[in-house]
Amino acid sequence: MTIRTASKLEKILASGQLAVTSECGPPRGSDPEVIPRKAEAIKNHVDAINVTDNQTSMTRLCSLAACIRLKLMGLEPVLQMVTRDRNRIALQSDILGAASFDIQNILCLSGDHQSFGDCARGQNVYDIDSLQLLQTVRHMRDEGKFLGGDPIIRPPRLFVGAAENPFADPYEIRVPRLAKKIAAGAEFIQTQCIYNLDKFEDWMRQARDRGLTEQVYILAGLTPMKSVGMARYMKNRVPGMDVPDAVVKRLADTPKEKQAEEGIKICVESIQRLKEVKGVAGFHIMAIEWEEKVPEIVEQAGLYPRPDVA
Amino acid sequence: MIVAEKKPIEEIIDTVKDCQSILVLGCNECVTVCEAGGKKEVGLLASALRMHFLQQGREVNIGERTLERQCDQEYLEEIRDIIDLYDMVVSIACGVGVQFTAEKYHAKPVVPGVNTLFMGANEARGVWSERCQGCGQCLLAVSGGICPVSRCAKRILNGPCGGSSAGKCEINKELPCGWQLIIDRLKALGRMDDYEKIIPIKDWSTERAGGPRKVVREDLKL
Ligand code: SF4
Repeated sequence: MTIRTASKLEKILASGQLAVTSECGPPRGSDPEVIPRKAEAIKNHVDAINVTDNQTSMTRLCSLAACIRLKLMGLEPVLQMVTRDRNRIALQSDILGAASFDIQNILCLSGDHQSFGDCARGQNVYDIDSLQLLQTVRHMRDEGKFLGGDPIIRPPRLFVGAAENPFADPYEIRVPRLAKKIAAGAEFIQTQCIYNLDKFEDWMRQARDRGLTEQVYILAGLTPMKSVGMARYMKNRVPGMDVPDAVVKRLADTPKEKQAEEGIKICVESIQRLKEVKGVAGFHIMAIEWEEKVPEIVEQAGLYPRPDVA
Repeated sequence: MIVAEKKPIEEIIDTVKDCQSILVLGCNECVTVCEAGGKKEVGLLASALRMHFLQQGREVNIGERTLERQCDQEYLEEIRDIIDLYDMVVSIACGVGVQFTAEKYHAKPVVPGVNTLFMGANEARGVWSERCQGCGQCLLAVSGGICPVSRCAKRILNGPCGGSSAGKCEINKELPCGWQLIIDRLKALGRMDDYEKIIPIKDWSTERAGGPRKVVREDLKL
């Protein structure tokens, strides 16, 4: 795959080395220190840092502002952008805002429904969907034009990604859907958290069979479990999440004070196994409000030190 | 049809509490079929109001009428001779009927007695569900005859999202995922290849986004 942007993440992926990304959730307030503090903890162990966009529809400090902060620290942010809250004017406008700070990566998402968050009585926008956002960013970048057709002075140069959940239903369209996202312009994919490795490997096999892993970089998503409670919650309450009974049992059989450690161990073992899967181009480690654990996961998984591609 | 639901009686009472005479006005169309605002419901609401005022020891005149359609000038004319007998009209037609009545009788307070909900179908006895949001540019030919605008909680035109689980939508385990329905139907039609066609960004100007809409048919104008 040829390099199309100045993204460091793209360079690492194109070099054939396994990339590592992680994420920082912005605070529910305006404390300017939160994002830098989280980023400091992980910056030497990851290639790029996603910043979530009002995840689970809880109102938070905006993703773009947090990304700018990371950029000003000399780090490589991945701007997550959901189509739930902004129409096509606002989306294009924020893309230009990001580009003006030379933010190089964007992840196009539809976002959780607002009923999960603190504004359940609010409207959603969904002027466009996540696939159409991929098309929009690619159009702005590659054609140098707004959706309305006018030329953009200094078009954005973003490396464009999408999420994919191999565990959502119906399963039979999960690979066709990946193909659709690639057709819409996705250059990298960060997957939903993987606990059911067999199913993920089957999905990857189908993606390879269709030649999709030659067209897109797939970063396998991992979230370490802090406790058996979290595992049960993820299994039963988070839509589209597939946590096998064996994982819950393994944590349940571990004494409470050792469960966090066991969760990290499961995560590291998963990475080690998935490193062998053809077509896996890297890992996206989402340690939710547990960012400080990312370095040890990366080290134990043999993904440290990170490549220097500056 | 347009599906509506009765407003709680307390809310209606609070709106009409100071009146001396009230006309409860029903409609023979959609709201009759969904049993929220037809002749039967006019009778029920009128009795409930009479009972309330009786308990208050007040004499309030409650009239009952049900028109063929409240969204039609001609039928609305039928109450011209009685409208002045009342201080207020409680219309239990859909929001269209309430407004059309108010437009016709400009100086008369007209208030709604139902909440107008959606364009839907009668799934089973006592069950109605949404099917159309009137986007003004019908997509059903490309989506297997199931509408992603009205049946997906996120109006995703290229779904399903990552929250679809065992055929249900991420927002509610009782709600079918619209995209699961679309895929099931494409399969039944032997048209799964269509799934991979990307539905382009939609022109919403024919929907609410374009402002209040109007149809003018020159061929039908008098
Ligand atoms: S689960 Fe299905 S219906 Fe619900 S928002 Fe996602 S695609 Fe739409």
